[in-house]
Amino acid sequence: MPIEYTKISGGTLYDPANGIDGQVRDLWIADGKIVEAPTDPTVRPNRTIDASGLVVMPGGIDMHCHIAGPKVNVARKMRPEDKRKGEQIHRTNITHSGTMGSVPSTFATGYKYIGMGYTTAFDAAIPPLGARHAHEEFEDTPCIDKGFYVLMGNNHYVMQSLQRNEPARLKAFIGWLLASTKGFGAKLVNPGGVEVWKSHQAGNVDDLHQKVDHFGITPLQIIQGVAQAVDELQLPHSVHIHCNNLGMPGNWTTTLETMKALEGHRGHITHAQFHSYGGGDADENTFNSKVAPLADYVNSHPNLTIDVGQVLFGETTSMTGDGPLGYYLSKVYGGKWFSGDTEMESGCGITPIKYKNKSLVHALQWAIGLEWYLLVEDPWRVVMSTDHPNGGSFLAYPQIIRLLMDRTYRQDILKECHPLVRERSQLADLNREYTLNEIAIITRAGPARILNLKNKGHLGVGADADVTIYTPHENKETMFELPRTVIKSGRILVDQGEIREVLTGKTMHVTPDYDQEMEQGIQDWFEKYYSIRWRNYPVDLSYVHQSEVVPMARF
Amino acid sequence: MSAQATAAVADPKADESLKVIQDATCTFCGCVCDDIDLTVKDNHIVEAKRACVLGKAWFLNHKTEDRPSCLVDGQPAPLEAGYDRAAQILVNGKYPIIYGLSDSPCEAQRVAVSIADWVNGTIDTTTSVCHGPSGMAFQGVGEVTCSLGEVINRGDMIIFWGSNPAESHPRHFTKYSLMPKGMFLPNGRKDRTCVLVDVRKTKSAKAADIFVQIKPRADFEGLWTLRALAKGVDLDPVIVKRDTGVELSLWQDLMARMKACKFGVIFFGMGLTMTRGKHANSEALLALTRDMNAFTRFVAKPNRGHGNVTGADNVVSWRTGYPFGVNHSRGYPRFNPGEYTTSDTLANGEADSGMTIACDPMANFSEPARRHLASIPYIALDTKETPTTRAAAVAFTVATYGIHTGGTVYRMDDVPIPLRPSCESPNPSDFEVLSQIERRVKKLVGITS
Repeated sequence: MPIEYTKISGGTLYDPANGIDGQVRDLWIADGKIVEAPTDPTVRPNRTIDASGLVVMPGGIDMHCHIAGPKVNVARKMRPEDKRKGEQIHRTNITHSGTMGSVPSTFATGYKYIGMGYTTAFDAAIPPLGARHAHEEFEDTPCIDKGFYVLMGNNHYVMQSLQRNEPARLKAFIGWLLASTKGFGAKLVNPGGVEVWKSHQAGNVDDLHQKVDHFGITPLQIIQGVAQAVDELQLPHSVHIHCNNLGMPGNWTTTLETMKALEGHRGHITHAQFHSYGGGDADENTFNSKVAPLADYVNSHPNLTIDVGQVLFGETTSMTGDGPLGYYLSKVYGGKWFSGDTEMESGCGITPIKYKNKSLVHALQWAIGLEWYLLVEDPWRVVMSTDHPNGGSFLAYPQIIRLLMDRTYRQDILKECHPLVRERSQLADLNREYTLNEIAIITRAGPARILNLKNKGHLGVGADADVTIYTPHENKETMFELPRTVIKSGRILVDQGEIREVLTGKTMHVTPDYDQEMEQGIQDWFEKYYSIRWRNYPVDLSYVHQSEVVPMARF
Repeated sequence: MSAQATAAVADPKADESLKVIQDATCTFCGCVCDDIDLTVKDNHIVEAKRACVLGKAWFLNHKTEDRPSCLVDGQPAPLEAGYDRAAQILVNGKYPIIYGLSDSPCEAQRVAVSIADWVNGTIDTTTSVCHGPSGMAFQGVGEVTCSLGEVINRGDMIIFWGSNPAESHPRHFTKYSLMPKGMFLPNGRKDRTCVLVDVRKTKSAKAADIFVQIKPRADFEGLWTLRALAKGVDLDPVIVKRDTGVELSLWQDLMARMKACKFGVIFFGMGLTMTRGKHANSEALLALTRDMNAFTRFVAKPNRGHGNVTGADNVVSWRTGYPFGVNHSRGYPRFNPGEYTTSDTLANGEADSGMTIACDPMANFSEPARRHLASIPYIALDTKETPTTRAAAVAFTVATYGIHTGGTVYRMDDVPIPLRPSCESPNPSDFEVLSQIERRVKKLVGITS
């Protein structure tokens, strides 16, 4: 059978991974991949997309969001009011109906991501016991490729291995856990703190040196131990860290210490915005930005990467694997509160929140996020995120792009904020404007590199044919919120804002090479404490609709 | 992983005609015990090791009835004819309702929600007549909860409120809540205090250290008394006794114990959710649990009944955004318990066609609801003949989940667990029947994806 070609003709390409910054190039697609142009000049493409005058980029990659699994679904159940007043997603003759609000239903999530030109998303916090659930939701989240990070910063076996100083056991366990859950990466959430929350009223750890009950180890040991194991396993992505003390005034010192603890290892600090606060004692009068010293540290330490966790003004739902944080936020906002502790593994906190531009704290959070984008010099090491839905919806990405590319707009919004923001952060003095090439880095090429996804985030030969075509516009929010065409795996899924075709999307996971002889020890421990059977714990491949095993990193 | 591939292992010493399925999952109740070893001989389960009295009955007494897989208007018919007619009924209805789902695996539930979407119908589950009020209360105040393993390892004070697990969830005490030795409770039962609050002395009372017998229909008052005591509000002993049927001093003693424990757990049942106050009762209980976290750690958990009612809540939520009682008549999901909950829709005489899956509304709904259901064409899927299948325009006899078919179920604490089928059935699974109906519905409606 002759090869079926699609040609994207005459577009202006932004493909930073291949050093292409706004050059007019043709792209050839066959069998879901970017291919060389056929050498035979008589070969005609089966379909040509005329992209002259249009901007062509790889599909967007969201490397940190909450879109599937137990916690996300609890938030859906808990907030009918949020959906009733949100946009309604009507059923069509190819798509399912759905609901929006801050936590969209599964189908709506897939449609909205693809509609915005994003073709890949990673859920950032799945408890291993809920992995099967996350995979079931993934199958109902169409159009995008997906994967998830597995919560392990409060896992008893992790802490026990560290307590006994058995790094080989820890390494085997992480390998086994990722293989058993069909997960992609290792996630730490408030390492050690959630375990303390489980055993004490309002329990938490205050710093990296506080001992975790029962295990007698510190958050610092968890961070370093897991970072080392992840590197030794050669996982594609580094350890992915939600630092201790999220949201607390003065937490920047904890964040800096965490960064320092990663010396000699790769490390990703997630939603850095929530971890860059000066001040103390929950005192609004002292709350201020400490991005500058943290960004300085990141700038001089190439082993580190961050995503921002930008806050946008409006209502949303806070959801986190950080149980004590959920309790803290529920007391701040006084609304309904969900907390769910998962045996041996993790916690969870959910509460509705609202960010107001007239609130000093909220406006500072907004400014602090933007400072992160503007103060990290190397765009390859800072990634766009809202920590969806914690800082705001993923649908705010086009607005963030405008804030980064248009300093006049940024200053205009700043003027509407609480006046003290100008004193407590340096945002007003930052004149940097992102270029389209830099936007392409922080929304696709960068996250692909940080996750070691060789086939994603670029448009070179062999890449997945995940391509987004934008109509240039002076207002970058307008340009990015409604792509002209979105191609996923070589198929045109979105054209002129309408979904034309639907596919399920792949699930990306890893199969680390670990010492299988350690499994007996894990099983003995498991059978002693878990409420389900060892045999019923691993998620088999039948749950992974379109499996793609991402190879181990070489570094 | 290789573990699942080796699930079925025959004991070489045993009779060669015997097949042993290890760690099979029992779907009889919300405990979803996944440690049952089944011995199968001649396509029949002859032993169900570790199963409780209900689980044994479920596994050992199961039999495939000698009944056609499909009946149309009460007459045996080919499956294809049944699928065709079923699709016609759902597509031709102006207000189709799809109801049940709590004894089906998630895979089938997902198809059922799709069908409701394609035909602009209502999807509702048996949650609406059991813990629906808890779901509504949850939307009001949230919930502080945990997985059952946390109860095993940490729960030193266990309260059952309006729930009688000795009869409804027989392994609850031994497997999850009272007897197990946990990581932080090395002496098991001795390290735990058990309280039962109910309007009558049920069989569960024997297991409890403290039995609090409240006045019937006074659950809300009892819970509100505890909330007041937690906050240090002075109460009039006469009024408390009058309103709750229990001496204030007993409530005070209970509150003192609740504050003193390290990790308290309240399991609640339909004795709370389906009596006077309904969702207000659940809300009071969830709020009390939340309040207690100002003093110690405390969690609450509904004791769910059906094997996969929790899965139904999850599937309907992730697909529509709402847990039950979801209407698609405008082409997108809307939620309104009391209107789109099937018992209400039917009692209001509103639906004009329907489909029931693994439930028996003709046996347990109100008389007006039953009368209306009997008057409209509907499809019924069940493993056996029931009053509901008898009155159905199309009745499918389906294979039993967890015995004949695999799939996924969610335990009452939202933990998903795989099923391990042990026998074969001549009947199709509900997943198969629903998929066949969906295929036809899509064709009739013009869905091309």
